[in-house]
Amino acid sequence: MIDTSLIGWKSGPTTVEVEKGRLRFFAKAIGETNPIYIDESVAQAAGYRSLPIPPTFLFCMEVENASAYRFLDVAGINIGRILHGEQSFRYHHTVCAGDHITFETTISDIYSRKGGALEFFVQDITATNQDGVLVGELRNVVVVRDPAHAEEASR
Amino acid sequence: MNARSLAALNVGDRIPSLTTEPITRLTLALYAGASGDHNPIHVDSDFARAAGVGDVFAHGMLSMAYLGRLLTNALPQEAIREFSVRFVAITHVGDAVTCEGVVTEKFERAGEPCARMQLTATTQRGVVTLRGEAIVALA
Repeated sequence: MIDTSLIGWKSGPTTVEVEKGRLRFFAKAIGETNPIYIDESVAQAAGYRSLPIPPTFLFCMEVENASAYRFLDVAGINIGRILHGEQSFRYHHTVCAGDHITFETTISDIYSRKGGALEFFVQDITATNQDGVLVGELRNVVVVRDPAHAEEASR
Repeated sequence: MNARSLAALNVGDRIPSLTTEPITRLTLALYAGASGDHNPIHVDSDFARAAGVGDVFAHGMLSMAYLGRLLTNALPQEAIREFSVRFVAITHVGDAVTCEGVVTEKFERAGEPCARMQLTATTQRGVVTLRGEAIVALA
């Protein structure tokens, strides 16, 4: 049975530092070879303060911070039952290594489809830098397969 | 693509496509570590079997990162205003992912000339795994 009482739930702010080593590791993991994302001197020659983060990396910082998954514990959902349904980013300012980004997650909607066989959790996330500037906004939709089962399995 | 050729993008134009090497379990392990997404369903086959999915499968966000490479190969990252996808099918170990983008609309938003691009990620078996779009500034 879908529990919509979590609509409006907020994770509370958490802050993550953008690290150069992690960015190089991420570039390797996704097969990125453009030196702007790997070599700080090339990035700086191109006008960046340090290595810029690639387009999807805000999600990675947020997920490491665990707030994307924290609602699973709150809702009692087994992680083995979730799928990523949708992801979107709106970009306002460039983020570079050395920045400290604060994330705040709000569950903005919960709904079910296919007669309750799938539940959808919509999370809206803001990313603000150390100067208080909104650098990006994320929305992710997490799908829970067979929710009744998912809750049983987590108990 | 420099600012001048960006401005010259027209509806129907395709940016150069990108095809990855087949995804291996090592790819998934590296992505799990680097991305911070430690969900065991992508790296622990025992966990995946117990969860009823048979085997580990790729993070959707790995393919979105490939689409991100498609975009930043073609245009300056600062031009990207919005980037969104729906994950429509699972990407399996052994899949090679082809990323493609085509301009579907040119419009102005808050005085800024923009283009909308339709994005797809497709496996070597012809399965579309991600459908998305990007809005890029043409100025």
